[in-house]
Formats: sequence, structure tokens, C-alpha cells
Amino acid sequence: MKAQHLASANHIRNNPKFAELVKKRTVFAWTLSVIMLAIYFGFISLIAFNKAFLGTKLSDAGVTTVGFPIGVGVILSAIVLTGIYVYRANGEFDELNRQIIEESR
Amino acid sequence: MKTTKNALTVALAAGGMMLLASAAMAAGADLGNAAKQETNWHAIVMFVIFVGLTLGITYWAAGRTKTAADFYAAGGGITGFQNGLAIAGDYMSAASFLGISALVYGSGYDGLIFSVGWLVGWPIILFLIAERLRNLGKYTFADVASYRLGRTPVRTFAATGSLIVVIFYLIGQMVGAGQLIKLLFGMDYVYAVMIVGALMMVYVTFGGMVATTWVQIIKACLLLGGATFIAFGVMSKFGFSFEALFAKGVEVHPKHGAIMAPGALVTNPLDAISLGLALMFGTAGLPHILMRFFTVPDAKEARKSVFYATGFIGYFYILTFIIGFGAITMVGTNPDYLVSGLGSGLKGGNNMAAVWLAHAIGGDLFLGFISAVAFATILAVVSGLTLAGASAISHDLYASVIMHGQATEGREVNVSKIASICLGVIAVLLGLIFEKQNVAFIVALTFSVAASANFPVLVLSMFWGGLTTRGAILGGYIGLLMSVIMVVLSKAVWVQSFGFSDALFPYAYPAVFSIPSAFFFSWLFSVLDNSPRAAEERAAYEAQSIRSETGLGAEGASGH
Repeated sequence: MKAQHLASANHIRNNPKFAELVKKRTVFAWTLSVIMLAIYFGFISLIAFNKAFLGTKLSDAGVTTVGFPIGVGVILSAIVLTGIYVYRANGEFDELNRQIIEESR
Repeated sequence: MKTTKNALTVALAAGGMMLLASAAMAAGADLGNAAKQETNWHAIVMFVIFVGLTLGITYWAAGRTKTAADFYAAGGGITGFQNGLAIAGDYMSAASFLGISALVYGSGYDGLIFSVGWLVGWPIILFLIAERLRNLGKYTFADVASYRLGRTPVRTFAATGSLIVVIFYLIGQMVGAGQLIKLLFGMDYVYAVMIVGALMMVYVTFGGMVATTWVQIIKACLLLGGATFIAFGVMSKFGFSFEALFAKGVEVHPKHGAIMAPGALVTNPLDAISLGLALMFGTAGLPHILMRFFTVPDAKEARKSVFYATGFIGYFYILTFIIGFGAITMVGTNPDYLVSGLGSGLKGGNNMAAVWLAHAIGGDLFLGFISAVAFATILAVVSGLTLAGASAISHDLYASVIMHGQATEGREVNVSKIASICLGVIAVLLGLIFEKQNVAFIVALTFSVAASANFPVLVLSMFWGGLTTRGAILGGYIGLLMSVIMVVLSKAVWVQSFGFSDALFPYAYPAVFSIPSAFFFSWLFSVLDNSPRAAEERAAYEAQSIRSETGLGAEGASGH
């Protein structure tokens, strides 16, 4: 079992598809992480430095403020970003991964 | 309302971030002087039904828990969807349900700040941690951190970090549970804490991860269903128009238009950022959350579980926001729910906002249902915590550190069961000791330790081949000590618990200092490490990376 894994591991190491998979997935994961961080800390910065902006009314007649779509938007962005990652990782990346494992046998 | 005569106004006394923290999570903090209510029979009957059901599941699960893999990881047989629900059940505490709606009831928009912070850690867990954790580990995150590093020191460190997080989280939950149950069920604090402790010991000891998972799934469904029903009731009163709901809220709330914007809760920018960091990265360092990723068969299902969990948790936080505003309009305007007429506090304190709203919408029966759900919620959370703590003791400390990997599987599981019972007893004792204490600092401590000790070591071990044992443990312990010491020296503990006049650490949350320190010192002591062992550890990264990225050789992975 162990020896078999070592053989496979050697093969994978030299397979250019492995380098491609790691690079693509790593870049994608860190890009999405940076987007999430930027959205969240943008929101936190508004709270910390510009509360008045979040309190701006959306229309003169109503009471709803800019802060609501923004706050709910941050929540929805978290859900959407995870959805995007899972879609690509479970599709494209897993297919590439399957090929790598297949070719190493 | 029979509960009138016993009810007390519970002051949300602490200011600033402390109030935010206490209201939102450690319900015990502001339920501290809650009066015992009259016995709530609807709630008790429904709770007994829940307990009967979950004990039945535990009995069923016990028959299926034969190996260590069954006990720690439900045999890896949980689907992504089920695990997503279980994660949501593990993460949505009673205090976040009652606490966030209380925060919205009290100050409107501020409630949303916490909801957002508690959600944004999930995408990070997915992008950086979930699948690599699943590919490298077996039962605990220490498996991953010690994959190519020194087993004894790294496992000892990871188990220490896990146990500190678990025990402090348990204190917050137990004190919150005791106060809440006293309030909702009219039961003595001592009995409430003992019932919670006894039930969680039974679930974990007999049913292991299978029972814990199903308790969490059932609880997640009940909580999501109950909260949806309340929110639907609120929105239908306002023709499903948020504008109409907000307009009424602004009209009747004592703070009027101020509830539509961030208020006084976050005043210091540095604390706001520090809190943000602690919430975001703390979630990714909670051992009971990380452990859930070993219950699914492969990386694909691990990813799916985060997507479902993020969806359920995000949906839930939006509901709590609607519930908070619903309470402003339907509870705050009804003298039946207030201590002494309009403009006075809620009976039983602001944490009762969601509970009274449930009554306003569905009467006594639904109030009983929501009370029972709140109790079930606490049970699900403490069970997950206990199992994670027991695994750190049996799998990391006993099997790896003490027995050097020579322990039989049966012995290891038995040690885990004994550890569960010990943790249960400790949790009850701590719940009793901390009954009258302000436990608000627990939130800061738990999330800060998780973010400053567990998270940096876990992330570096997976992403940076240069990490050595020396770097990992020195950086990790520095993050751990800094976060603990800074919380102790902050106002919450130094002034409010110890009674000194001035806080030695001027901020409420240490994360902005302790997280970068942990990363920096892990890096520094790794690059300075010229030992032969360090060279071997760096060389082993490539093999780790192959398994981590492809899942080749992963525990229980299918297809090889």
C-alpha cells in the first residue's frame, strides 16, 4: 500500500497537470479569499470610519438606509463566493485531479 | 402572561464592544441576574419529546459505533448536505439566535455587524482549509498540523489549543444555558446545568460522532424552521415589505432613526478591525468545527458541506435580523411583554425578544416550541464541543503523545469516552462556578485563541513548506499566550472581574496583535531553524502537498 503510494506520488510529481492543478486552484482560492477579505474589511472600515454613509437614506420618502443592502450584500457575497468556488473545484479541478490520479496508476 | 411577577429587567450594563459580545454570544452575561420564571409546561413537554427522540437516535447510533473511525468521524459516511446542516447546527448557538435578535431589538443595525462577522469566516475555511484538511487528516486538526512535523510537540500544542478553546467555549455555553433554562423553563440553575451536562455525556459517550451529528442536524432543522416561521409571521404583517417593517420600527423604537445605522457599539476602529479578524479567522480555528470535515467521505463532499453550511447560516442571520425588527414592532409596543408599560424593558431582558415575538405570533404553544428549540440548540453545541475536546485528549494526547501511536483502537476509544465524561463533569462544575460571573470575555478569549494559535499553525503547515516544528510550536504558543494574556489584562477581566481600576491592555480584542505575531514568530523561528530535523521536515512538504492537493492516500478516500 505504502510503496504503491510512493510510486504514484513520484509519477504525480512529474506530471505537468499536477503543477497546473495546484497553480490554478491556489490562485483561484487566494483570489476569492482576497475578494472576501476586501468586501468584509471594506464593510468594517465603513463602520469604523464612516458610519454616516451607512446611515444615508436610500430615498427621501423612505426610512431604509444604504447600510441594509450593503450588510445583506456582504452576507450574500459570502454565500455566492462559496458557491462559485465549489462549482469550479468540484467540476473543472476535480476532473483534472481525476486525470492526474488515473495517469499515475 | 403569568410570568409577569417574577420577571426582572436585565440590564445590558456593559458598554461598547463588551455589550456587543455579551449580547450576541455569551447569553449568560446579560442573563446573569435573570429571575426564575414559572414552570413552562408547553416548553417542557416539547423538550421531553426532543430528548426522547435524540436518545432514541443515540441508542441507534451506539449500535453503529464500533470502530474509532465511527466514534470520531461517523465512519466518514455523512454526505455534504447532511454535514452542511450539522455544521450549521454546531455553529448557530442559542445565544446567537437570542443574542443577535436582542441586539437588533435594542439597537437595530448594530446586530447586523455581528451576523456578518460570524459568516465571513466560512468562505475562508472553504478556500484555504476544508479540502486540504480532509485530505491530510483523520480525526483532529492536529493530524494535519503534525503531518510532517514532530508528533509529540505539535500534537501537544494542538491539543492544548483545542482544549483551551473547548473549555472556554463550554463555560460560555453552560452559563448561558443555565440562565436561559432558568428563564424559559422555570427550572433551577443547578438542575438546568446538570441536565445539559448529563445529556451531552450520554450523546457523546454512547453515540459518538454519529449521534452528535444527528442531534445537530435535527436541531438545525428545528431552529431554521422555527426562525423561518417567526420571520414569515413578521413579514406577512407588513405585506412582505421591508420598508414598511423598518418604517414602523423607526416610528416606535425609542432611538427612532438611529436604529437604521451603526450606533455606539463599535466606536474604536482598531477594536472593530480586531474583532473582525478574530471572528473571521477564529471560526477557522475552532476544533469542533474543523473536526466535522472528517465525517465526509472526500474533499468534494467537504467543499459541498461548507457551501450548504454558509447558505444555512447566512439565511439564519438574515432571519434573526427580521426577528429583531419584528420584536421592535410587535413586542416592544405590547405592554404584556414589558416590565412596566410602554418604554420600559422587556420581561426577562432583551434576550427574550425572539421568545416573546414567538408568543406574539404563535401563542403559548409556539413559545413553548421556541423555548425547547433553544434548549436543544445548546445541547447540540455542547455535544460537538465535548466530542472535539475528548478527541484532543484521546487521539492526540493519549494515543500519539503518551502511547507513541502504540495504543489499540479500542483503548483509544475508551479513553475518549472517559474523557467525554470528565469534560461533562468539568463543564457542569465550571457552569456552577461561573454562575454569577460576567462571562462576556469568554467570547473574546475563545475566538482570539482559535484565531491566534490554532489557525496560524494549521494554515502554515498546509501552505508553507518552510515551516518547522520549532517554528510551529514557538509561533503557536506565542499567539496562544498573547491572546490569553491580553484578554486577561483587558477591561473585561482586569477591571470587571478582578476589580482593578484601569485596564493594562486598552483594547477589547487582541487579535490584531496576536494573529500577526503568531505568523511572524512561526516564520522567524522556522527560518532560523538549521537543525537536521528541520531539513527533513522541509523535504517532506512535497509529499504532503501531493496528498493535500490530490487526496491520494487520504483516509477513507474512495477510488484508490
